[in-house]
Amino acid sequence: MIKKMGFYFLLLLVVFYCLGPIIWQVITSFKPDTELTAIPPILPKHPTTAHYMAVFKKHPFLRIIGNSFIVASSTTMFSLIIGSLSAFALAKLKLKRKMLILGFALSVSIFPPIATVSPLYIIIRSLGLRDTLWALIITYTTFSLPLSIWMLTNFFRQIPDELYLAARIDGCTPFQAFYKVLLPLCAPGISAAAILVFIFSWNEFLFALTFTSTTASRTIPVAIVLFPGLHEIPWGEIAAATIIVIIPLIILVIAFQKRIVEGLTAGAIKG
Amino acid sequence: MTDKGRAYILPAIIILLVVTIYPLIYVFYLSLHRNMPIFEISNFIGIKNYIFLLKDERFWNALKNTLYFTGLSVVAELLLGLMIALFLDRSFKGRGMIRAIVLIPWAIPTVVSAKMWEWIYNPDFGILNYIFGTNINWLGSPFWAINAAIFMDVWKTTPFAVLLFMAGLQVIPRELYQAARVDGASSFQVFIHITLPLLKPIILVVLLFRTLDAFRVFDAIYVLTGGGPGNTTETLSIYAYKTLFQTLQFGYGSALSVVVFLCVGAISLFYVKTLTKGIK
Repeated sequence: MIKKMGFYFLLLLVVFYCLGPIIWQVITSFKPDTELTAIPPILPKHPTTAHYMAVFKKHPFLRIIGNSFIVASSTTMFSLIIGSLSAFALAKLKLKRKMLILGFALSVSIFPPIATVSPLYIIIRSLGLRDTLWALIITYTTFSLPLSIWMLTNFFRQIPDELYLAARIDGCTPFQAFYKVLLPLCAPGISAAAILVFIFSWNEFLFALTFTSTTASRTIPVAIVLFPGLHEIPWGEIAAATIIVIIPLIILVIAFQKRIVEGLTAGAIKG
Repeated sequence: MTDKGRAYILPAIIILLVVTIYPLIYVFYLSLHRNMPIFEISNFIGIKNYIFLLKDERFWNALKNTLYFTGLSVVAELLLGLMIALFLDRSFKGRGMIRAIVLIPWAIPTVVSAKMWEWIYNPDFGILNYIFGTNINWLGSPFWAINAAIFMDVWKTTPFAVLLFMAGLQVIPRELYQAARVDGASSFQVFIHITLPLLKPIILVVLLFRTLDAFRVFDAIYVLTGGGPGNTTETLSIYAYKTLFQTLQFGYGSALSVVVFLCVGAISLFYVKTLTKGIK
């Protein structure tokens, strides 16, 4: 009994370790400005939603959330289309130097972003793509491709070759066999990869900071860092903004935790 | 199988070559130049940037900070991650819920978590000083600032280690534990002689991922301290970024970027060698 209580106490400690800072941010977001500069009390005496209103009224935050959403979902779409075609070729078709290609993809995934940010900036500027969403979509699609290719190749390999051959004998072209037979069977793997790519693009900062300059293309992480304050840092508004940004991620994590863990561990355990 | 796969892999190869390999060659080319894009200056100067780099104290300081940050945060993440994973490696009600909660710090943007911690660290109204009853300027003092950044990084990335270790622990057959227990091994002996050796591949994978991530740290430091106070938290990525986009020295900044790339390459080669040796 005591052992059990000790276990649950430690469990609570782990939960508090993970959520404590976020809970503090939630509390902060509901404190009026006058209470922000006084501690104690810890809890707000006169809770207010003023900061949440201000985030949308004083700042073009809806536009910025829209930008992030377009960038993250387009990236996910492109990365998975290109990634699943590659995975199909790597897992089921005749191809020379498969290991070399997989190794190449893996080595790209360790590239430090800082190593390519200066040439990419020059290229993007000369193409006139600076401060457009395309600059981010193209970059993110590329840097998330290794992840898509590796995860999906693993999933395609688990599908028996006989299924593919049977589809071919029944008269499917290779492409039809791919998208009518194999792709639906890979749906769990595809959704796992999709979530990871989406989170990566939603969170990325260095490229977004460098390639964007106005609200036309600014994404959430950049907007939060550059949150303008007239005289002092608007902690309440920042807190409200961060909570707004975190909520979709928390929903995603709770809804898909199994898939996310599968996706994260699949490569590590088998590789 | 006789169907050809070349056409299917081509889009991926092309985009990877154009957006990663070409810029990599380009960054090396830039590093051999004195380049300031605003003034349209670009002169070939050979390896002068690299010679300057060797004598640049700010570079050595940034390298030292990066190594300190990487070493301390990776070791802390590994130990803490292992402890939490061992603790959670049993069946109990709400295991799925706990896994989801552990995932949350991992899933939120680094920038957001840095902003949250900046407020926690606030010297006047921060909750940290309130809890400890201290009056420390966490992000403003040269000693505390880098450690505060490390602490934030540990909070944010330990969940990743926990999840991988939990997955690794689940693969270990329970019979092994029971057999060792029957033979009279203590739980510490079980851990040293059974759990640790079987977990070794995963530990190496976590080490590799975390070391690479920590070595190229940018977001966390940029938001928390911006490299200050007095460059005491300036890492290589931060120094390179400032050189590139604040002082607009594209040549020298690119040379710094190349150095980061070479370090990351060397680290991964080292780990991959250790990993393949372990498997054989």
